[in-house]
Amino acid sequence: MTNQTQTLVIEKEFAHSPEKLWRALTQPHLIKEWLMENDFEPKVGHDFKLRVQTPQWNGVIDCKVLEIEPQKKLSYDWSSMGLDTVVTFTLTPTSNGVQLRVEQSGFREEHARNFQGAKFGWQNFFGKLEQLLAKTE
Amino acid sequence: MQSPDAIFRSLSDPTRRAIFERLCRGGEQTVWMLTEDAGISQPAVSKHLGVLKLAGLVGDRREGRETHYSAKPQALAPLLDWMSFYAAFWHERLDHLDSLLKRMDQ
Repeated sequence: MTNQTQTLVIEKEFAHSPEKLWRALTQPHLIKEWLMENDFEPKVGHDFKLRVQTPQWNGVIDCKVLEIEPQKKLSYDWSSMGLDTVVTFTLTPTSNGVQLRVEQSGFREEHARNFQGAKFGWQNFFGKLEQLLAKTE
Repeated sequence: MQSPDAIFRSLSDPTRRAIFERLCRGGEQTVWMLTEDAGISQPAVSKHLGVLKLAGLVGDRREGRETHYSAKPQALAPLLDWMSFYAAFWHERLDHLDSLLKRMDQ
């Protein structure tokens, strides 16, 4: 097993001001609207939880604010189900609005590998279970 | 949390995998309900449930004289392709974020 980690990067442009996007990323009642129930506070070092209501899973993600640069950058620890990652939001103004970059880093090799399910006939099996977990969100 | 090896071992038996899938789809069930479909004896089903329970894949709850079994799919967490999972997750959430930003205009 190696210590190398992988990072997931998702980018999306919004036709809105950076100021407005920043509010949606940092105000608890707005975070709840698009992400999850939370007790976020825009303070470095603040521990908070993101919660999902699910019958099978306690649905808690433990987080800690790592970095805040108003209207530019926000990052927090994101730990759940044995997976410890860091999520970083970076905002860049564009001519149409704002570009948001979401980076989730810290995936280890065993998290990223695609199981050789076909070999065991388990591809569908795990696929279905992933859907099930996704649905419990 | 169980090691991937222990989880794979417990799911290497097709009958056990079928029982686990049934619990994932159908929710909580008793050993009798599971036996009806499994095509094997009740003690055999109980034995399989014991192995699944040791691997953390199945939980049980006693109610009177009956034991109810349920799947714990979160035990599969160490085996899942988390990067694909979160890629889909963020795409979906950022769509929600876009519609929230539109609503904030009003």
